[in-house]
Amino acid sequence: MTRRDAPAPQDTADRGRRRLLLAGTTGAGLVGAGLVGAGAAGALLDRAVGPARGATTPAAPAEPALMGAGTLPFHGAHQAGVETEPQAHATFLALDLRDGVDRDGVLRLLRLLTDDAARLTAGQAPLADVEPEMVTAPAHLTVTAGFGPGLLRRAEREVPSWLAPLPAFDIDELQDAFCDGDLLLQVGSDDPVTLSHTVRMLLKDARSFTTVRWIQHGFRRAHRVQRPATTQRNLFGQLDGSANAALGSEDFSRIVWIPEGPFAGGTSMVIRRIRMDLDTWDEADRTAREEAVGTRLDTGAPLTGTEETDDADFTALTENGFSRIAEFAHMRRANGVDDGEHQEIFRRPFHYDVPPPAGSDAISEAGQIFCSFQADLEGQFVPIQRRLAELDLLNQWTTPIGSAVFAIPPGCAEGEYLGQSVLA
Amino acid sequence: MSRTTLPPTLLRSSLSRRAALLGALALPLAACSAGGSDDAGSDGGGTGSSASDGATDAVDTATLSLADAWVKAVESGMSGLFGTLSNASSSAVTLVGAASSAAGMVQLHETNADGSGGMSMKEKEGGFAIPAGGELRLEPGGDHIMLMDLTAPLLAGDAVDVTLHFAGGAELPVTATVKDFAGAQENYSPSDGGGEMEGMEGMDHGSMASDGGDE
Repeated sequence: MTRRDAPAPQDTADRGRRRLLLAGTTGAGLVGAGLVGAGAAGALLDRAVGPARGATTPAAPAEPALMGAGTLPFHGAHQAGVETEPQAHATFLALDLRDGVDRDGVLRLLRLLTDDAARLTAGQAPLADVEPEMVTAPAHLTVTAGFGPGLLRRAEREVPSWLAPLPAFDIDELQDAFCDGDLLLQVGSDDPVTLSHTVRMLLKDARSFTTVRWIQHGFRRAHRVQRPATTQRNLFGQLDGSANAALGSEDFSRIVWIPEGPFAGGTSMVIRRIRMDLDTWDEADRTAREEAVGTRLDTGAPLTGTEETDDADFTALTENGFSRIAEFAHMRRANGVDDGEHQEIFRRPFHYDVPPPAGSDAISEAGQIFCSFQADLEGQFVPIQRRLAELDLLNQWTTPIGSAVFAIPPGCAEGEYLGQSVLA
Repeated sequence: MSRTTLPPTLLRSSLSRRAALLGALALPLAACSAGGSDDAGSDGGGTGSSASDGATDAVDTATLSLADAWVKAVESGMSGLFGTLSNASSSAVTLVGAASSAAGMVQLHETNADGSGGMSMKEKEGGFAIPAGGELRLEPGGDHIMLMDLTAPLLAGDAVDVTLHFAGGAELPVTATVKDFAGAQENYSPSDGGGEMEGMEGMDHGSMASDGGDE
């Protein structure tokens, strides 16, 4: 499921193409059969190149590799879209169940959405799609479902004690338009057109069951602009996410996946819309910016180190006897060293950048759709957020304006619906 | 699974009633355009599972499949069944009817331009012929299977069981997913105007057709 260490999902299209080229040199007939594939390798090839039939042939080696056909597996022990290299684009849908939708309705809804997601992520048109030509470039499409407390109540299943709005923090200026929800759909793709069609298809099938509570659009760097797993810069220009566990690592599993109980194999998800005041950030000089976070802008290294991956030395002092990484620095506060504690979460954020309010003097309205996954919301996320709310110089430029918590059920097997192990 | 099931006796009586009607109409053998196959004889359309007419050998239903089957969600009245019906056998087959516990009556329909800019559908006489190795696309605005006299609302996300009947007596059970769908608003103009068809004209059948300007 990770693009970095798993051979299959990441570059399926390119791999399929390479495999084809290889096959062409050794196996007569396979090239002639084209991308439809044949023989023992057929199934693999079909899946690998899938919808991009005719996109390339061995006879046209100069044609650039296309990534649109790349797919990530939908079925599995965990839902896709968590331990998955973040795509270039994501849309977050928070839906509220309509009055009168009962347990049976919830299950019918999830069956429909699961079927849609399974097909769309494979580059196949869902049932009753009136624009089936729009699905042929999934570009690593994933659809991830999360449950709010309202959905579990309707489905007559126990709501985990942690599944509730986060405690109120002093820094919050939350707007209802970006908070809570009964059902979350996180849809990610490296292609924004595919993303748009996928979202529309999902919403068409959800419409008779739900109303849209909020929608947030996020983006990251375009696909292949950087190496996979490169830490991205947020819109403040800071490398953001250096402390993340590597996809596919044991640390990731320990930090993210719930080990037991109904949601075993799932996780908790926090989505907070963090407004970033780029206009006042402009007033901070480079030194102030680095001091606010405790890391260097160029390398992302802690101010006590030289590499992004260096451990911070929180005991180091300046010539004047101050902590080199200041007590108010974001990374120090997030780490917890001064409180004698340390928690980890996995962050998978996206940027937003929307028009500033009409008629205002602002030239930006931007920020981060902060997404984090953690096995234990109260034990991992909440202490970190509490510390940052108490003291973090970065708060001068950032304001949480939206907040939601969802329970991400484990993945499902073929023939099952998302959340079946929780709701059945 | 369909949420409601018609008692078998009721279903049978409905079927036989329908079969009687069909018999009275004495539909001619089809001149189907669907596949160009000319051995696709049939003794009628509609729900009746046709008795073997000798024109077609028994079909091996293992070679037949309906992929991506779905039904439009409606509160009541009638709905359409869509999908891609494939015939992987080495001989032509003819779909002559269907039955479902979710519907009191099932018909095979084709859709044609009505000459006034809209589309209208009517019962496909003789059924749909599918050549060897061919397929029949059942889709809104085209050929489809009409579920009528629905016995209960078709709720999105549910499944409906339908049995397809082929000339020669073969039956293919299929399961279709119920989906919300804004289209499939063709007019329905029964060709015979008889019996049970009356009262359905104008398509006040749930949301299957809230056709605006055509009437």
